[in-house]
This record gives sequence, C-alpha cells and structure tokens, in this order.
Amino acid sequence: MPEAEVSKLGVEVKATIMDREAVRRALFRIAHEIIEHNQGVDNLALVGIRRRGVPLAARLKEIIKEIEGRDVPMGILDITLYRDDLSSRLEQPLVRSTAVPFTLDEIKVILVDDVLYTGRTIRAALDALMDLGRPQSIQLAVLVDRGHRELPIRADYVGKNVPTSRREVVAVRLDEFDGEDAVVIEEYGVLGGEVS
Amino acid sequence: MASIKRKDILSLREMDLAEMELILDTAESLREIIDRPIKKVPTLRGKSIITFFHEASTRTRTSFEMAAKYMSADTASIAASTSALVKGESLKDTALTLQAMGADCIVMRHGVSGSCHFLSRLVDAKVINAGDGTHEHPTQGLLDMYTIRKHKGHLDGLKIVIVGDVLHSRVARSDIWGLTKAGAEVSIAGPATLLPEGMREVGVKSHIHLEEALPGADVVYVLRLQRERQSKGLLPSLREYARLYCVNARRLSLAKPDALLMHPGPMNRGVEISSEVADGAQSLIVEQVTSGVAVRMAILYLLLGGASE
Repeated sequence: MPEAEVSKLGVEVKATIMDREAVRRALFRIAHEIIEHNQGVDNLALVGIRRRGVPLAARLKEIIKEIEGRDVPMGILDITLYRDDLSSRLEQPLVRSTAVPFTLDEIKVILVDDVLYTGRTIRAALDALMDLGRPQSIQLAVLVDRGHRELPIRADYVGKNVPTSRREVVAVRLDEFDGEDAVVIEEYGVLGGEVS
Repeated sequence: MASIKRKDILSLREMDLAEMELILDTAESLREIIDRPIKKVPTLRGKSIITFFHEASTRTRTSFEMAAKYMSADTASIAASTSALVKGESLKDTALTLQAMGADCIVMRHGVSGSCHFLSRLVDAKVINAGDGTHEHPTQGLLDMYTIRKHKGHLDGLKIVIVGDVLHSRVARSDIWGLTKAGAEVSIAGPATLLPEGMREVGVKSHIHLEEALPGADVVYVLRLQRERQSKGLLPSLREYARLYCVNARRLSLAKPDALLMHPGPMNRGVEISSEVADGAQSLIVEQVTSGVAVRMAILYLLLGGASE
C-alpha cells in the first residue's frame, strides 16, 4: 500500500517525475475531467484514502469549487480493517477513523489516492465503501499510476502514468505531510525488499 | 505501526500506560462502526471467540459477542450452569476441550480470583479476563477510562471518587490501576468495612464520609453494592447503607458542576444510586455500555488481528 516509509534505509532518489507545478496542473486537469465526465457536480462526493489520498481529495474539492462555484462533500476512508494482509503482518497497522459524514446512497463517489500499484488498496477501499452504503457509481482518481496490477482494477482519472520496475518506489510527497509537493522515484540498494 | 505486546488481557495492574492508550486510541477509531447502518467490518473473519461465563452477566458477555460479530469473528458462548462442569469436569479439562475445537480466544468470567491467569497458562488461545472474583475486570477499567477521556479530553490530573463496596469490587481495582497510571487522582469512599487496606501505598485516599470525598470531584463513580457477596455481616442493613452512601442529587451537587456520573451496572436503584441522578444529565451510564463495545472491538482487533508469531 503506497506509503514510502523506507527513505530512512538509505534509499536512493533516482528521479523527480513531478514537481510542484506538475502536481498542481495534474490536479486541475483531473478536476476538469471529473466535472466534464459527470456533467457537473450533482450527487458527487470525494472520498480520500488515508493518508495521502486525503489532502489530494481536499485539493480537488477546492479546485472544483473554484471552477463550478459549488462545494462537493468530502469524506475520509481508513482501509486498515479491510486489508488482505493483516494476518501475515507481525506489526499491526494502527487503525485510524473513517469519517464519511454523509450518505453514500445514490451518490457518485470519486475515490482519491496517491499511487495506484497492485490495486489491493483500492479493492479494500471498494469493500469499505460498500459497507457504508450503496453508491450510484465509484470512480477512481490517482495522482500516479505505476502499473503492476494484481487485480482487475483501473483508474478513471490519472495524473501521470509512470512505467516502473518492482524494485522502485514511487513516493508522493505533499506539503501537508512532507513539506513539499513532488513525486519521486526511489530505488532500494542491496538492503531492498519489496514494499509497495 | 503498533501492536500489543502480550498474548492475554488479564489485568490492568500488569499493563503499561502506552498499551492502554493504544487500546483507547484504537477504540476511538472503531467507535464509528457501531453507528453505521451496516455494522460489520471483515477484519476478524475466520477467528473464533468463545465466551465462557461462570457468573451471571448481561452486558459484559453480550458486549464481547457484539464486538466480535461487528468485527466478523465467529462466537460461541458457554454458561457454566449448562456445561460439563456440572458433571464434574475440571476447569483445565474444559479449557483444553475448547482449545481443541480451535478457539482463538477465550473470554472468561469466573468467581475465583486469578482463574484467568491459571487458564492463560494452560492454553495457547488468547485469554481475556471478563472479571475474576474480586480481583480485576480489565476491560471494564479500559471502557471507563475511554468514556472519561472522551468527555474530559484527558485523564491526567482529574479527580475521581469511587463510591461504595470497593472491597469486593474487581471493577474498582481495575479502575484504580488504570486511572492512577494515567495520572488521575483517585480516592475511594464507603463504609470502613467495605474499604480495602493498603490503598495509601498505591496513592489512593480513603474516606468513610462521602460528603468529605465529593468536593472538587470531576467524576463520581458509583459501584454496585454486591448483595451476593454480603454474607459476612459487613453491613448493618441496606437501608442504612443507602442513607449514608446513596449518591443522590444533593450529594452529586457537592462535586464539580460538570462532574460526570458513572456506574458499571447493573444498578440497585435506591440503594447505591438514586434514579433522579442515574437518569439525569450528568449520567454516562448508558454511554458506558456503548464504549464497552468499542473498547472490546479494539482489544479483539489488537489481540487477534495480526499474525500469530
């Protein structure tokens, strides 16, 4: 699940694939695509997946308000309880709260995450959303699609497609958590195992 | 990333503050599930939990079972009165039988203090103490801490008065261990015959006059008068107890104006607590029950959710 906690291990940054401006432009384009595709923002809601999907969803909400002059409801989804690897991890992930303070019934949900990789996070998020209600549709927006899917899942809105090898880590850095806006590719040295 | 370091939940005496806070924080995240239209998450799918109660219980056993079901675990419950124990089977043999059926976790209530520790050494399954004799009731202690923290925002520095039969109360013991570790200032009030000795050593002040204990209290915690454990003539009469120690509106008004009123249930209305305050604005008694489900969901997740070694 895309959260690069590995930079402490002396991981090497290979390339910066998006800088602040590129992230901003990608989010603007995605916002326009969402509005166009849904013919406005009626019955639309944004749901960010913890952690980095949350600030991305919040930014999309702001941009959509700028364009359409209307507020779109936004929720936060924690998918820990729906992970498929709980029983194989010795360290349990901390459960954080889910906050979707509106009904999802008959709503077009835009699920937002930073990186689409194996698709397992999205599978968990879909299950979590279905337990909260019956949305009319669920669409997926991601900042980066790096390939290597293990499940039949695709994104509807993509900031940037980035071909990667499994040895690489795509790290999305956002002001809210990391003090900068950028997307970088890191690679493990000899220490490396595979982390999503 | 965080895990709980132990196999079993047996007492708050042996648990450190960081572990208790992890449980309370996790409960805070899980609390929202109870209000959903579809109250189920798949986290503990395929785990089996057995509740094994040798004493009467409504809320604790049901609370554990609801918590387990909300997390998608499977549950079975055994009441001692309908089990093979009445045919003379020992606790040890019963425990090994439950384990042989594949129980991942046994939640036990028993009249003998220390029985859950005994059980935990016999079985590989996780053991949760749901009340053992007059020893401890750790999940009640944690749900009380959770409820107070939710209303006051913190526990450290709070003045908490526990009223009643502290001597026989496993709830009081767990509350005292948990709350004092979290930095609260705990005192107890009740008839001298129902207050245990040695409280000063754990930093707890004892009062035999309730009116002296209450001023400045942030929380008034009323214990159930355990009539089933009162055979030794420690009390002259229920009426005299009620006259001196029943928490009513007049007495509650001696505490801080925003003091919280709590009781672990089941209540003897008119004995240790009056109906007007039990159903009043300061009462958290019903909310404690909901907190109990959230805290037990957190404990089950933290004990059973991860990989086992």
